[in-house]
Amino acid sequence: MNIAVCVKQIPDPATPYELDDANHWVIRPEDQVLDDTDRSGVEIALQLAEATDGTVTLYSMGPSGSLQGVRQALAMGADEAVIVEDEGLKGSDALTTARILAAAIQQKGFDLVVAGTESTDGYTGVMPQMMSEFLDVPCLSFARKVDAGDGQVTIERQTSTGYDVVAAPIPALVTVTAGIEPRYPTFKGIMQAKSKPVTTMTAADLGVSQDATQVIRSVEPVPAREAGEIVEDDGEAYQKIVALLEDRKVI
Amino acid sequence: MGIWVFAEEISGAPSPGSLELVSKARDFGDVSVFYVGAGSDEAWAALGDHGATAVSHLDTGSTLPSGPAAAALAELVGDASVVLFGMGNTDRDVAGRLAAKLGKPVVANVLDLSVDGAVSVKSEILGGTKAVTTEITTDGPAIVVTRPKAFTASPSGGTAPAVTTVASPDSGRAGAAAITEQHSEDSDGPSLEAADVVVSGGRGLGGAEKFEMMDELAALLGGAVGGTRAVVDAGWVPYSYQVGQTGKTVKPSVYIACGVSGAMQHLVGMKGSNTIIAINKDPEAPIFSVSDLGIVGDLHEVVPQLIEALKARA
Repeated sequence: MNIAVCVKQIPDPATPYELDDANHWVIRPEDQVLDDTDRSGVEIALQLAEATDGTVTLYSMGPSGSLQGVRQALAMGADEAVIVEDEGLKGSDALTTARILAAAIQQKGFDLVVAGTESTDGYTGVMPQMMSEFLDVPCLSFARKVDAGDGQVTIERQTSTGYDVVAAPIPALVTVTAGIEPRYPTFKGIMQAKSKPVTTMTAADLGVSQDATQVIRSVEPVPAREAGEIVEDDGEAYQKIVALLEDRKVI
Repeated sequence: MGIWVFAEEISGAPSPGSLELVSKARDFGDVSVFYVGAGSDEAWAALGDHGATAVSHLDTGSTLPSGPAAAALAELVGDASVVLFGMGNTDRDVAGRLAAKLGKPVVANVLDLSVDGAVSVKSEILGGTKAVTTEITTDGPAIVVTRPKAFTASPSGGTAPAVTTVASPDSGRAGAAAITEQHSEDSDGPSLEAADVVVSGGRGLGGAEKFEMMDELAALLGGAVGGTRAVVDAGWVPYSYQVGQTGKTVKPSVYIACGVSGAMQHLVGMKGSNTIIAINKDPEAPIFSVSDLGIVGDLHEVVPQLIEALKARA
């Protein structure tokens, strides 16, 4: 089974994000990391590829920079990566991103596409669904468990009250939650990742252009909550909680 | 023109989020609802009572709704100004597919909108630290995905809406996913979204069994138990407990966070709580920056003491 996995390089979430003044876009440093929420997708893809003697290809859009994030996914065991990088794609919304990634994936072909449910930095949370429409495949979303075989993919889909078992014939697209524990790269994997093929493409190579469909009018800081009282527990701190619960009339 | 609201049926009724959206949509004119589920007179009455004037009803049976629902909606919403969705998983599935079908952008995490000729939305980005105003510059329906509880469900006393049954369209491969089993993992006590007190556990609890302590504390306060994405991903509690960007949004009177570090994705779902109390052993934990009362200490000592003190009062 040939599996396409969408991954995103993002600024380290442990650092504060800055927006540029002109366009209000997130400023992206040279060294970006693999979005943590993508690790589960890479893991699922590797497991399915191992079980079916298949391949795992990573697809990513955005400034490649030092490729640190993509190399992290290659080090886990993915075979190769395709990156669409284009000055003209800066500030793209989810719709353009979906068009680009779908076009890149289509070009090479696939049995299954795997993506996270949303990125940590942008979190529009609808890009994979858009991609499934462009690829004309069913979207089995919010999977906490994925099985594939005999031309079919089956998932456990999270719902607001529990979960559903959902099945579809392949080709299909699956979005995965972080419930699947990703593997750590081995030293060998990290070494091999340095020489794995990384192909770079532009929007023109894919025949996709960006439409400006929304304009950001303003960006303002949200007023922070007023800082409260912080106390070190001296064995009696629970009484402060009791007092506050009384004050708020919940007891 | 007009405004559409997507409503998924949950436990036999319109999702709570859809009633919030219908209530808000009344500000902009006649409200049409696209309803996915089995449907019932009670469901129509609830939608009408919140201001829906028309309902288009699609029952996808055992087919996963996103494919057929997006195909049917695309036929209906051509001249609408806005199509409103909540953050539910099916909401997001249908919104994404619909947007791709129509070639329209999606704006997500929306907290407020205005429809005054142009559609303009307010949202918060970067974990709720920055407020952004965005104007949609394309013609045709703006596809807007809103945060739960951005608006308040308020009955208008409207009568039952006109209900039209929508024939399931042939959505081809997009509609090829089938639901083969359904499992419910409902918990006892008040629902997380409606509870006046929420007791929430994070990684700092140390293990699934420690949620018994959360249950006990919540029961004493008449509250509900929630958790972070980390504990849901670890399998300690079901997804229905998850509070945060990808889970539920709660705004209780009191939110008690136990062993919760306060990752951006969690804060988005609870920082609207009236009073926030946090217990964490790491004095640098971001949760303290939004807390009214922060206890730097071992929750395994503080919480049992609190439980005993509350029991002594009962």
